[in-house]
Amino acid sequence: MSAAEVASAPSRVRPVAAWARLLASELRLIFGRRRNQVGLATLFGLVVLVGIALKVSSLRHPGSTGGDLMSAVAGNGLFLGFAGLSIEMALFLPLAVSVLAGDAIAGEANQGTLRYLLLAPVSRVRLLVMKATSLAIGALTGAFVVAAGGLLTGIVLFGARPLTTLSGTSIGIADGLWRLALAVLYLAAGLTALAMIGLFISTLTEQPIAATVATAMVGTLLWILDAVPQLDWLHPWLLVDRWPAFIDLLRDPVFTDRLVAGLWVDAAYAAAFFALAWLRFRRADITS
Amino acid sequence: MTLAAEAVADAAADRDGAAITSSGLTKRFGKQLVVDDLALEVPSGAVYGFIGPNGSGKTTTIRMLLGLVRPDAGTCALLGGTMPAAGGEVLPKVGALVEGPAFHPYLSGRANLLRLDAADRRSDPATASARVAAAIDRVGLSAAARKRYRAYSLGMRQRLGIAAALLQPRELLVLDEPTNGLDPQGTREVRHLIGDLAADGTTIFVSSHLLAEVEQLCTHLGVMRTGRLVAQGPMRELRALTAIRFQVRTPDAELALATVAALGVTDAARVPAGVAGSLGEVAPERIVAALVNAGVAVAEFAQVTPTLEDLFVQLTGEGFDVSG
Repeated sequence: MSAAEVASAPSRVRPVAAWARLLASELRLIFGRRRNQVGLATLFGLVVLVGIALKVSSLRHPGSTGGDLMSAVAGNGLFLGFAGLSIEMALFLPLAVSVLAGDAIAGEANQGTLRYLLLAPVSRVRLLVMKATSLAIGALTGAFVVAAGGLLTGIVLFGARPLTTLSGTSIGIADGLWRLALAVLYLAAGLTALAMIGLFISTLTEQPIAATVATAMVGTLLWILDAVPQLDWLHPWLLVDRWPAFIDLLRDPVFTDRLVAGLWVDAAYAAAFFALAWLRFRRADITS
Repeated sequence: MTLAAEAVADAAADRDGAAITSSGLTKRFGKQLVVDDLALEVPSGAVYGFIGPNGSGKTTTIRMLLGLVRPDAGTCALLGGTMPAAGGEVLPKVGALVEGPAFHPYLSGRANLLRLDAADRRSDPATASARVAAAIDRVGLSAAARKRYRAYSLGMRQRLGIAAALLQPRELLVLDEPTNGLDPQGTREVRHLIGDLAADGTTIFVSSHLLAEVEQLCTHLGVMRTGRLVAQGPMRELRALTAIRFQVRTPDAELALATVAALGVTDAARVPAGVAGSLGEVAPERIVAALVNAGVAVAEFAQVTPTLEDLFVQLTGEGFDVSG
């Protein structure tokens, strides 16, 4: 039986189905990879560890409650979902996103699979959009796993009850979960913007590790710059400056100013670096 | 064939009946001129051998033909579509193996082919599984289809690369060193496979530095040397360029030399077994008759067809070494 005998006549292109098939193939590749599974497990495990540490400390010093998020966890496990995001937002989540982004183009180039994808053929714009989409899904998955890990650990160790917002009012558990979901989406947007920086760097090299390290360094540099008071004029323009603003979702009513501004900054970074990646990739000589 | 890209197609693409054409194709990497003013013409249905030493620009040419690398000057067209603009239209009809196979190490051979199939927006997902199985079967890899690629031997990897090129019915196959890493059995299988595909009407463009391989396979030939195409044409025409030689095994070398010289052979000379020279216009049977009439003891008369390497040396005036 030859390939020609079983092949049907060239079928009509169904763009949505074809797009979904390509993206599904990419996601299988990302989530089927042992390294990425271990990475997600690590993100999850870190929040569990923090939960256990908080539990131990609440047993040693019962009744000592401060006003911050960490102290609130002892009174209500739901808060550990938010606390988990807060803990992993600066280093672990950006690192995870950097690993995926570094792989996106440089990983394929390094293995030589990039040339065969392009010959399949996948147009370059389609390939880049597909990679960007899979990175966004990866970023969302990372944030979701952290929040879910915190939520589960918190409920098991501290129980769930209606939340007291930062404004002092009380909201129901369902409302609290809804706000946690929004916080996940909000941080995922910021991480996706970082992933677009990584995607651009990934088009510059054939070494995925180099792209990953460079992206992680950019992320870290942004946090450092954001912490230098003398640079306060620069802070509003830094990608990470408003990431902690997800905490505004715990106010009643939700304080949206910083969140909206943060989303605009995310969108601007994502668009700019996706455009740079496209400018670089569309005419690049594929010699790998 | 109506292609959107034909609007921008240049003269190179208009030449009818050619599977691959290029004109003035030039590429530099930094200061080095890798491909210099190349004018390829691969007729439809040909098995075109693209030969040249390592480093002579074969792979860069192939990358330009397939749209992976942009030429600095000149144009090229595949199946009538100017590359790289017409890639989306043309590449589904082209199977390619470029500079060795490359796959995801942690996926099985089968999963790797399914991924490539998923990448082609025109391929039918309903037949994907059957097509992948057929392609793997065709290269004799069925037993290892579900093994991880990283566990494959070099020859198995090469076979999987060829299978990827056969995922769809193709009009053109571009095979860069297809028998690299294969054992003699595998080499023979690939040769048969190429023969079968060519018999079905597929145009085959095969690059190689193994002249013996090309000699057995190809109907047409293009010879590269340091980025330039030094000869191109049907194998028969190119072979006619090299002088056919004869060799006589005889103890009477002196007499034989005199006899063939009288027939008009100008370059006859002694060799250990007897006498050898170029046939030129002289018919071999006349030489044998003249030798026998002259009383030369002819133990053996052989007509020596020059090898492709002889042709190559004649065309380039140099040995078949790595180009600088």
